[in-house]
Amino acid sequence: MNLRPSTILVLVVSAILFVLSANSYGFALTLAAFFTLGIFSFLYKDNPMYKFCEAVFVGISAGYWFVSLYYQNLLAKLIDPLVADPVGSGAIPYYVVAILGIMMLMRLVPSIGWISRWPLSVIVGATAGLWFITYLQSNAMLQLQNTIMPIQEYAADGSLNWYQSIGNLTVMIGTITGVIYFFFSKEHKGAFGTSAKVGIWFLMITFGASFGYTVMSRMSLLIGRMDFLFGDWLQLIL
Amino acid sequence: MANGETKNFWVTLMAIDRRVIFLAVAIAVSLPLFLNISQTIYVSPEVTDLYDSLEKLQSGSKVLISFDYDPPSAPELQPMAVTVIEYCFRNDLKMILMGLWPQGPQQANQALETVVGEPPGASFEFNGKTYVYGEDWVNLGFQEGREFIIQRMGSSIAAAFPRDYAGTPVKELPLMRGVSNFNNIDYVFNLSAGTPGTVEWVQLAGDRFHATIGAANTAVQAPMIYPYYRAGQLTGILGGMKGAAEFEAVVGVVGKGTKFMLSQSFAHAIVILFIVVGNIAFFASGRKRRF
Repeated sequence: MNLRPSTILVLVVSAILFVLSANSYGFALTLAAFFTLGIFSFLYKDNPMYKFCEAVFVGISAGYWFVSLYYQNLLAKLIDPLVADPVGSGAIPYYVVAILGIMMLMRLVPSIGWISRWPLSVIVGATAGLWFITYLQSNAMLQLQNTIMPIQEYAADGSLNWYQSIGNLTVMIGTITGVIYFFFSKEHKGAFGTSAKVGIWFLMITFGASFGYTVMSRMSLLIGRMDFLFGDWLQLIL
Repeated sequence: MANGETKNFWVTLMAIDRRVIFLAVAIAVSLPLFLNISQTIYVSPEVTDLYDSLEKLQSGSKVLISFDYDPPSAPELQPMAVTVIEYCFRNDLKMILMGLWPQGPQQANQALETVVGEPPGASFEFNGKTYVYGEDWVNLGFQEGREFIIQRMGSSIAAAFPRDYAGTPVKELPLMRGVSNFNNIDYVFNLSAGTPGTVEWVQLAGDRFHATIGAANTAVQAPMIYPYYRAGQLTGILGGMKGAAEFEAVVGVVGKGTKFMLSQSFAHAIVILFIVVGNIAFFASGRKRRF
């Protein structure tokens, strides 16, 4: 294996600190630091150390989720209740879902794969039914209701609350023009087209704000890792 | 400098190695961690509203805190978790901890450990008072079932969580006696990094079962949550590390949110600098955008 100088440097530093880790907690910290640096090494260039760390991460994640799903779903929600009471009337729903689950696995056999459509239809039907009312209430009606508000807001002393009034007006214009932009049954020309363009501006500002938040979030993750490396691992931050 | 040389300078700047930018960002993020500079934190209305809603709770009120995140989101959400737990201890609020994400209950225990200064165990001393597990706080652990767990909790919390994190039947915990559903919970505080998370808590616990909810979100998720706050479906929002720092400021805690904000500010400054310089270089080098 042809190791790059940067990889060798990180490996050597990690090995020294690994040896210096006197207890199990120190060992765990060094191991975490090794993988953090391994993943960060991709920023310089793709390298074997990064590939190793990535493969370990993918493997451990797959193993973790398999174990978690087995114990939390299959064992806790199906096998344990059936073992506790296999012939009682309360066991019937568990048998039904067990059969549906087995039917779902038929996808793995191409010749009888069509059987999996039955449990899939149950999932789609139940999910649609459950969420239809929820989304209609929380994401449509309540949001729509909140968009209908006075353009002029007054403070407690009777004076015009400019800040709130402009905010309400902005929400109203943004909502109407945004909806117009997504109305495709009429050609976007004239006043209608201008409104749609205003709608695009509102959408762009929304995307910009959202992207700004995303940058802040990613920076936070980097700060967390740096704090771990310099603080928890190297103990350089007091 | 001749006009051609100036142009070459901008062209060279445009072709700068991306690793130089990575290094600059790494320095900008790391350096403030070693500096002992305090930054003024301005508290936004959404954080003030959340704090005010917590302040309305009487001593002994039951607060359900759902840890719906895992270690990757901890830099943003863990400081909020630590602060809200400290707030609950200070104000004698009873805490029911849980998670809709598998690692959530572990994050809850870590946050408790940060506040108490040691693994909490069955009981511990804090601010001169003894807190007992099962009476002052419980950790219900994680239950698979995603948002349907919230739905189930609306009719019976004991049915959704038959046992706590340690395997003790929930009905045997003194704090959980008399807590059958959201009607017996005074406040729900949700720490969320995705799905299931705040959206599901609002839709089910809030809008269907009328629970009072405050939310703490990662910055990525925050823009999607703001409409719920504006519509009154949430009492307030803590968005990202900035939200964590603001919450610490309003509660009166100096934690990692406040400490990390300086790094965050440095990082933002350098990102803005690169955007400005990049755009100047783009236009000054005489390049034109191709569509």
